[in-house]
Amino acid sequence: MSAPLLEVGHLAKRFGGIVATDDVSFAIPPGELHALIGPNGAGKTTLIAQLSGSIFADSGAIRFAGADITRLPMQKRSHIGLARSFQITSLFLNMSVLDNVALAVQAHAGHSFSFWRNARAEAALREPAREALARVGLADRAERLTASLSHGEHRLLELAMALAGQPRLLLLDEPMAGLGPEESARMVGMLRALKRDYTILLVEHDMEAVFALADRISVLVYGRIIATGSPDEIRGNQQVREAYLGDAETAHA
Amino acid sequence: MPPKTSLLTLRNIVVALLLIALALLPVYAQLAGDRFALTLFTRIVIMALAAVSLNLILGFGGMMSFGHAVYLGIGGYAVGMLAKEGVYSGFVQWPVAILASALFALVIGALSLRTRGVYFIMITLAFAQMAYYIFAGIARYGGDDGLTIYKRSQFIEALNLSDKVQFYYVCLVILFAAIYLVYRLINSRFGMVLQGVRSNEVRMRAIGFATYRYKLTAFVIAGVLCGLSGALLANQADFVSPSVMYWTRSGDLIIMVVLGGMGTVIGPVMGAIALLVLEEVLSGFTEYWQIILGPLLLLVVLFARGGIDGLLATLGERFTLRRPS
Repeated sequence: MSAPLLEVGHLAKRFGGIVATDDVSFAIPPGELHALIGPNGAGKTTLIAQLSGSIFADSGAIRFAGADITRLPMQKRSHIGLARSFQITSLFLNMSVLDNVALAVQAHAGHSFSFWRNARAEAALREPAREALARVGLADRAERLTASLSHGEHRLLELAMALAGQPRLLLLDEPMAGLGPEESARMVGMLRALKRDYTILLVEHDMEAVFALADRISVLVYGRIIATGSPDEIRGNQQVREAYLGDAETAHA
Repeated sequence: MPPKTSLLTLRNIVVALLLIALALLPVYAQLAGDRFALTLFTRIVIMALAAVSLNLILGFGGMMSFGHAVYLGIGGYAVGMLAKEGVYSGFVQWPVAILASALFALVIGALSLRTRGVYFIMITLAFAQMAYYIFAGIARYGGDDGLTIYKRSQFIEALNLSDKVQFYYVCLVILFAAIYLVYRLINSRFGMVLQGVRSNEVRMRAIGFATYRYKLTAFVIAGVLCGLSGALLANQADFVSPSVMYWTRSGDLIIMVVLGGMGTVIGPVMGAIALLVLEEVLSGFTEYWQIILGPLLLLVVLFARGGIDGLLATLGERFTLRRPS
């Protein structure tokens, strides 16, 4: 097995008396689609926030491509190839769809202290942005105002923006959140295609999607990883059934 | 692709007429013998420059500075203090006004941009009030009473700022240049970053922008433009006093920007004209003219979010829609 692209060791984060991340360790080798699942309140969002740098861990280490990034600020993580899509759609709503992606391209195209040239006429920004939009199937929406798109299209735009920076690892925070069955299926197809080219950490509630896509799955419960393994191993894991799937059964009852 | 929008919209026609009217105003003043119109509009053009500068950070950058008038004072005092010391050359005065404003903006911005929301508003306000009291306390330069400027800035032989028409055109050229500068700026990479920050700063940082330095740069550019406006204002009034940077003056600038239309290039110019003409006309009827201004502002905020500029665009669309095609 090659050296892991992302390696998390003994990560911990507390908020007052609540342990949100409790001694979490896992590794993702290049090319893997690794899914992170867990019931509500398990600490998935907190973990993603630490990986993307919007909050810092209390202890433990995050290594990316061999470098320690535990204390690296958020904007710098994006430059070394870690791209994050947001669970709650977080876009530039009053700008055009193409502007949104072009900004993501621009973030990786050197500094932006360019005051005179029309950025909307720069092929170096617009072309990669159009490619990313085409990749998620939004090419025909490029000139639309972002606020006018549907929720499903917003999710796809999120993905296009993450792709625009040519990342080495995609952190996808619930890309299916709020999608209808049809849109969900479209997103699964999209992720299956992306999986060929990218290493992906997928945080997702949609179990069907997770088991269909993931190479390996880690299960987070109360801030701890209770199991990591292939979809089959996870499905057969007794501890997971009790802590997680059992939870779902109770909910259905 | 959406249909190409026509250049000949109601809004663009109004803007073009407005700019032409500003350019021809001295001709009217001359023909009609209306010297007062020229004085009023010189002031309007100068304040429009200040509003345009505030709009860069407020309208495009989403930075709610409540102390922007401080640069009117900095620019004004740069001219006034140098004049008092016998330095009348505009080639010295204006660069000093610009540099001092830049320095001030750099310090204020560096500290205040670390905060957001209400705290940002409060800190910018506090800095401006601090400057107000400092200048009010310098006896040598008139303190509270202000400083009379006996000679306007001197440039070359051919340019006489004491000539009302020449001075008006100097102000107008600077305003037009500033509008063009802002127009280029907001469409550049820098401007895209600025507008991204206004729209969603967290996301900007997540996709890899160190937003602070871009905001600070915009803050300094806005300060410089407003400082220039201050230098012009001092020349126009032949006088500068701490009151130009009092917080209500910062409020006036915000009103101009909101009234005219936040985040449009020409909106603040419309806002400056609307506010100052309204003030002039209404105060002719009653000294309580603000009783009328208040509800008017309320209507704009409630029903015309895009200000006058936005209103024109909306009206233009309605007009086009009704036309049989």
